[in-house]
Amino acid sequence: MATLQTPPEPGGPLEPGATAEAAAPTLLTTEPVGGLPTFGGGLSGARSVRRMARAVTANRKATVGALILLFFIVVAAIPGVIAPYDPNAEIFPKLLHPSAQHWLGTTALGQDIFSQVVWGTRPVLLIAFGVGFGATIIAMLVGVAAAYLGGWSDGVLSLITDVLLVIPLFPLLIVISSYLHGAGTGVMILVITLTGWSYTARQLRSQALSLRHRDFLEAARVRGERARYVIVVEIIPTMTSLLVAAFLTNALYAVLFSSSLQFIGLGNPNTTSWGTMLYWAENNEAFQVAPLWIIVPGLCIVALGAAFALLNYAFDEIGNPALRPVRSMRRKRVKRSG
Amino acid sequence: MSSVPDSDVLGAASVLGPAGPMLTVRDLSVEYVMERGTVTAVDDVSFELDSGEFLGIVGESGCGKSTLLFAVAQLLAPPATVADGSVTFKGTNMVGMTDKELAAVRWKDLSVVMQSAMNALNPVKSIGAQFADAMRAHGVRSKEEVAVRSAEVLKMVGIDPAHLKSYPHQLSGGMRQRSMIAMAMLFTPDLVIMDEPTSALDVVAQRSLMVQIKELQEQFGFAVIFVTHDMSLVRHFSDRLMVMYAGQVAELGDTRGLFDSPLHPYTIGLMDAFPSIRGPRVPLTGIPGTPPDLARPPDGCRYAPRCPKVMPRCTAEPPGLYRVGATDVRCFLLEDRAGHE
Amino acid sequence: MSEVAAEPGTAPDGQAGEQPLLRTDNLAKHFKVGNALSRGTLYAVDDMSLTIREREIVALVGESGSGKSTVARLLAKIYKPTGGEIYFQGKPLSRIRSRRNMLRYHGDVPMVFQDPFSSINPVFRVSHGIMRSMKLHRPELSAADRHAEAIKVFETVGLTPAAEVLQRFPHELSGGQRQRVGFAQALALRPKLILADEPVSMLDVSIRIGLLNLMAKLRDEAGVSILYITHDIASARYVADNVVVMYAGRIAETGPVEQVLAHPQHPYTQLLLSAVPDPRAELSVGAATDRGEPPRVFDPSPGCRFRWRCPLAIDECSRVTPELEELRPRQQVACHVARSGAEVKAFTS
Repeated sequence: MATLQTPPEPGGPLEPGATAEAAAPTLLTTEPVGGLPTFGGGLSGARSVRRMARAVTANRKATVGALILLFFIVVAAIPGVIAPYDPNAEIFPKLLHPSAQHWLGTTALGQDIFSQVVWGTRPVLLIAFGVGFGATIIAMLVGVAAAYLGGWSDGVLSLITDVLLVIPLFPLLIVISSYLHGAGTGVMILVITLTGWSYTARQLRSQALSLRHRDFLEAARVRGERARYVIVVEIIPTMTSLLVAAFLTNALYAVLFSSSLQFIGLGNPNTTSWGTMLYWAENNEAFQVAPLWIIVPGLCIVALGAAFALLNYAFDEIGNPALRPVRSMRRKRVKRSG
Repeated sequence: MSSVPDSDVLGAASVLGPAGPMLTVRDLSVEYVMERGTVTAVDDVSFELDSGEFLGIVGESGCGKSTLLFAVAQLLAPPATVADGSVTFKGTNMVGMTDKELAAVRWKDLSVVMQSAMNALNPVKSIGAQFADAMRAHGVRSKEEVAVRSAEVLKMVGIDPAHLKSYPHQLSGGMRQRSMIAMAMLFTPDLVIMDEPTSALDVVAQRSLMVQIKELQEQFGFAVIFVTHDMSLVRHFSDRLMVMYAGQVAELGDTRGLFDSPLHPYTIGLMDAFPSIRGPRVPLTGIPGTPPDLARPPDGCRYAPRCPKVMPRCTAEPPGLYRVGATDVRCFLLEDRAGHE
Repeated sequence: MSEVAAEPGTAPDGQAGEQPLLRTDNLAKHFKVGNALSRGTLYAVDDMSLTIREREIVALVGESGSGKSTVARLLAKIYKPTGGEIYFQGKPLSRIRSRRNMLRYHGDVPMVFQDPFSSINPVFRVSHGIMRSMKLHRPELSAADRHAEAIKVFETVGLTPAAEVLQRFPHELSGGQRQRVGFAQALALRPKLILADEPVSMLDVSIRIGLLNLMAKLRDEAGVSILYITHDIASARYVADNVVVMYAGRIAETGPVEQVLAHPQHPYTQLLLSAVPDPRAELSVGAATDRGEPPRVFDPSPGCRFRWRCPLAIDECSRVTPELEELRPRQQVACHVARSGAEVKAFTS
């Protein structure tokens, strides 16, 4: 196994701040680093989901983010129930103002804007979650393996990561998408995932590097575990909140990048998505004639992106308790004479 | 406040200065406000310190000794707060002082030596630069004065002043700790508070550092509060010793008396937990069990679950602090002897 | 549950003539350190020849930088030796090639780590490590057998009620309990030799004795040998049969623990002994005069590595590296002054 052989740290017999007896039950609960147990043998799935839910509700920013995301998920799940019309049907009078039949008015092609927004939610969320999962999994495997294996494996993996990082992402996406002649949802997910995993891979690598020297990893090696076992079973579960944060980062950028690509016409203009709405709206000078056509999908993109960003705050704070806001204490100062 | 509280403490060998003891901690309680409840890390601790006195505070993890130290030095940060009590240093109560008022006191009259020099020293600045920082922060303007004093304090602790140009990582562990102590001596304060300054060192370096500290103390006459988990370390250096358990004072008295005849079962257990290198090899038992959860302290004596001499009364009501001779003990076993000697 | 305090240090003597359980022969480990601008070699361990017999606790005593942790990792096969050889049950470790044989060695020689907070994976229950170990090393056991064995081992180390503790998470246990889990994990493999790397250094003093007693109990009842690595010579005396004193990567002195502590022949051993705080004894002043610290050796030139701190150093000490010699029955010392027959009295008041 190609782990780096480094001399043991020459610190004193007692690491500063040690004598570790009973610190957990008495004063502070030591959360696992990157905190939340989620899966695997011996872990309780229900318990960890509850903990994550509690972490989110305890943090105001995260709660707002979660509510927004939940709202959009519901809309994406049952668009037929919410939207009154077929979004592509160009049967209505063009460029109507908002009214009782058309809450947001109609487009220059005679489509109901509201229905378009509703139906356009699903592709965006699919891209967000697809890229979120895909990019995070790649980043996780590459980053953690690079950190744990060290040596030339790290060299090779980091080189690949860095090359992708250096190449400007958006121009790359433009090139690829235009080559593909209009990317639908699936292609969009693939393209953004394959070009976008490098950023979070770098993050996860540095985080894994700082966790590499924990004794239980060495203990796993000493009992004879293989490197791939150690990476997947021993390291990655301890980085759960870091992985969730990476997921949220990737999802956020997926939303923004895919919408941008669609906006400049590189998506499939015949699909209904917020980004393509922006494309059509822009081409028809919507700002002058039907501003809601361009404003509402834009706001939705912003809102969804903000939802991911806000949720990220909660997981940052879980992983690093020092970031938690200090609750101001309004206690009466007990005055004592003498 | 006319009557003196039960926990009023006077060390046996104390010599009162003209205005009384230099430091008086009275009924100090420190709480951590956490999501799962309020943890009282320091519960009703009182002691006094005279000029030039060396007080050792001994205890294990979770006993509150470091929190107590931070409270005395006014270094507590949220979520920790002083919930009750006072810390009177040279006549002024420091609890509730503003940062500005504290700055006047800090380092000139009171300085702190932290546990790990590697964590407390700035790794990107030379030792000399850090000394200069400290002096400038307290009003020393002249470069010459800074240089002279820096060299002086380094010589005091046995380090060649040439090391003023060195960075912390270039010094050995022992030398780093010594430079921390030198830094604390810059203004020859009246009180130096030390939080386990030797625990990151090997045993030989520990010993020489302790001797160094004692020499400095005798030379300059400052008082020392020395927090440690290793009571044998302070045995030969402290005038008085305070044993803490679960946030409370278990025993407080002069060191010699405490070692010759320890009174609290925890003190006895703790002393017995050190295997000796001389004398016969005997099996020891240590103190099995763990300290209580301070978010939900037990009703009675906090040591009762682990105490070999526990009585039914111990779990029902908490013992107070009883004065036996020159020692204060928090144990019902001593209640009868209190005040009779 | 209180333990019966086992009589410390009572391993049967006189196993000479039998092949030792583990033997190292001039073991050496050098690390390449530094970067492109300044490379160097750290001579962490040199000429390490130690012997561990069955049912024996050997204490490896040294300060930081003495190389004792490196020795542990060499024996655990985490590091590859730069020189010398390790013989386990007579067979050299360098010959171990197949994964099967490697696993067998890891099962025979497990390691217990120093830091109770970081030696157990925090996201799994404490049963995780011990079950994994058994799956790897004792594949003949069924799941039910593994569970029964885990319970048995937890009870042996004093973690009761075992079934309940097995289901807890590490942060629900105290530091002492976690270290016991470490020993339990090692014990579940039916080891011959446990490498204990400073297992009590990070525990509270009142808890240490319990674990030291556990180690003695494992030696007496389970017949396991233990290499007890520590910087605390007092605990070494309490629990060990033999002691090896290391300084700057080399052995300074070795022998039966009582004998070495009563009649230390190497000046460094005397320094260590004088510096140990003993609450019951008076202060010995000798050690206070020493200001030095153990070096990290980058320069392999000959000469005793202790000579700069040694008040008894003679001319030969800077020219010739002292070899270990048996100066008293079963006690070996690497010191020119001791060898010359002169009385070694350093650091004593």
